[in-house]
Amino acid sequence: MNFQFSEEQLMLRDSVARFIQDNYSFDVRKAIAKSEEGISRDNWNTFAELGWLSIPFAEEHGGFGGSAVDVMVVMEQLGKGLVLEPYLATVLLFGGLLARGASAELQSGYIPKIIDGSCLGAFAYLERQSRYELADVLTTATAVAGGYRLDGEKVVVLNGANADYVIVSARTSGKQNDEHGISLFLLPTNAPGVERLSYRMMDGQRVANLVLKAVEVPATNLVGEPDRGFALMQGVILEANIALAAEALGIMEQLNAKTLEYTRTRKQFGVAIGSFQALQHRMVETFMDYEQTKSLLYRAVCALSDEKEDATTAVHALRALLGKTGKRVFSEAIQLHGGMGLTDELDIGHFAKRLMMINTTFGNGDYHQAQFNSLRYNNTTGATR
Amino acid sequence: MDTSFSPEDLAFRDEVRAFLSESYDASLQARLASGDPAVYKQAVIDWQKRLYAKGWIAPNWPVEYGGTGWDATRQFIYDSERAAFGVRDVVPFGLKMVGPVLYTFGTQAQKDRFLPPILASDEWWCQGYSEPGSGSDLASLKTRAVLEGDEYVVTGAKIWTTYAQYADWIFCLVRTSSEGKKQEGISFLLIDMKSPGIKVNPIVSIDNHHSLNEVEFNEVRVPVVNRIGEENKGWTYAKALLAHERTSIAGVADTKRSLGLVREYAAQEINGGKSLLADPLFQSRLSDIEIELMALEFTELRVLASVASGGAPGAESSLLKIKGTELQQAVQSVAMDVAAYYQGVLPNDLNAEQLGHAFGSKARQAFMYGRAATIYGGSNEVQKNIIAKAVLGL
Repeated sequence: MNFQFSEEQLMLRDSVARFIQDNYSFDVRKAIAKSEEGISRDNWNTFAELGWLSIPFAEEHGGFGGSAVDVMVVMEQLGKGLVLEPYLATVLLFGGLLARGASAELQSGYIPKIIDGSCLGAFAYLERQSRYELADVLTTATAVAGGYRLDGEKVVVLNGANADYVIVSARTSGKQNDEHGISLFLLPTNAPGVERLSYRMMDGQRVANLVLKAVEVPATNLVGEPDRGFALMQGVILEANIALAAEALGIMEQLNAKTLEYTRTRKQFGVAIGSFQALQHRMVETFMDYEQTKSLLYRAVCALSDEKEDATTAVHALRALLGKTGKRVFSEAIQLHGGMGLTDELDIGHFAKRLMMINTTFGNGDYHQAQFNSLRYNNTTGATR
Repeated sequence: MDTSFSPEDLAFRDEVRAFLSESYDASLQARLASGDPAVYKQAVIDWQKRLYAKGWIAPNWPVEYGGTGWDATRQFIYDSERAAFGVRDVVPFGLKMVGPVLYTFGTQAQKDRFLPPILASDEWWCQGYSEPGSGSDLASLKTRAVLEGDEYVVTGAKIWTTYAQYADWIFCLVRTSSEGKKQEGISFLLIDMKSPGIKVNPIVSIDNHHSLNEVEFNEVRVPVVNRIGEENKGWTYAKALLAHERTSIAGVADTKRSLGLVREYAAQEINGGKSLLADPLFQSRLSDIEIELMALEFTELRVLASVASGGAPGAESSLLKIKGTELQQAVQSVAMDVAAYYQGVLPNDLNAEQLGHAFGSKARQAFMYGRAATIYGGSNEVQKNIIAKAVLGL
């Protein structure tokens, strides 16, 4: 049992941290958020040059062959910098689906382009009615000569506004909420029949709704087996949940550190407000929230490679806890900053908004707790372990 | 970063399981459950002697003093298996509290005299820290020790002394100086409970049990050779002990076991025609606790791993104490709700069969005595002060 990072992981961490330190000040970040695309292509090219876009991919595709721990290390630092560039959407979701389930042709066609930074990707899995249920899919894929015809609408597609390619979940058989019968298709976002409605989210993310009208997709663009896309997306999202929680942990660390620093310098009644026990105890609570969340993050990432642990249970536990601790950490950060915490000028509110959006991505805390409950308490009586 | 067990670890786990199922037998369990204090005490001693014979009585001690030399993984495996088997941890006062102080700060003569009977459970210890006027503000303690020749003469009182009625020895913080800072006039003494001038007054707690006591000292004579380390430096030794104590009172493995039992009880309770365990609201109350416990288990492992690689338990042990005791109480509270009105049943009037219900009385006892957990070892509010100062630097 060990909780140490390898030399390589420490170097990776330091490399991302240094980039953020030198190139991603809060003012720079604000300017990027305000720009036309809401991301910086220059930064993305730098990520490619530094090898970060290659981390989870196999060496045969030019990847680094990294583990979920390597991804966690990167995401935690990206969280600390509130980085807007679409690492999750392009590398972990779009790239993750390709790496895990696509044909050799699709893999060799797209993964090298993700790695060299020339292809931005997205994964369109949400629909108006679906909330957090991955299996709730109404978009249809009808078999036609040589391929499929897609009709329907996907919503809140992360990086949808800037993506060159998107993988879409669509129903090839079964009913609305059936896990079986969902298939995944890769298509260019400028394919005929795709209408893209781009919009901004409160955390600076540029997302899109995609309206699909008789979009023709060749059979070779099927990602994974027909009808069996659900397990594929579930596996990718399981790992993406860990990555996202790592980003959240980085944000929580920043919020706690900035709040602590503020209470050391802000004076009221002639003393630093950090000397008040009422405030100290609140900061101790958020310190413990951070440590407990970190423990479940480590537990989840270790569970992926530990056969005595169930990774799905661990991930639901992690996201359920994060739902509570994340909210407490940003709420206390705003409260302890007083009126300043309400200003758009300060970064506190921006960290808070990203944390709030993370807590709605792939399910909020309640959703994950319900999933946890159903794995742990339904149809099992008496088991103590 | 890796938590999977090696084949050697798995073999060790099997060895622990085999040992527990053979040694923690039914007759021992029956004696441990006895309401007769003398039977109970002897049963605890018998069990600890079996652990001693196996060489597993002091997992946290260095090998040279009789410890096991287990790494963090093995300590974790042993503790998990022990708790899952329903085996209570050893009585902590000798093995987890004064033992580490003795081997860290004691003289060779003190180690030779006191460590072997602690390991063999031939001598029972109790802890003389709190006083009627000194609780969270421990350093304000007033029990005074005046040097007369080669003896200290000790006068004062200690309180909340668990198992003083069983103890052969008490380790005490006493005031040897009123000069300077209050922390700087404290010494650490080992006192024979048979000494003339010691009186033990029982305190019955809200679980209707007698485990707490007040211990009075009326001109009790204590040889100077029974002082740990230097005079007036006792606070340093006491603090080291408290860090160990706080780490061990997190009790993650035991809380996991209690939660499992509550879940079994809930599965048997019928609520509106269905098992209480099927109620979504109830499930969420359980999972609120289980999820925090899963986190704390890893927090504890992280602390264990850092201690194993050379660090001493520091302010993180305060986190373990706060979260650990909060979760113990959370489980006790859910257990009371599962028991419904049977939580009010007092023991000894009717047996479980006549009553039609088995665990209400146990749940109440655990809940009532469990209130102590957020108070002892330094109240949780004091732990927060420690974290604010030592970790946050406020």
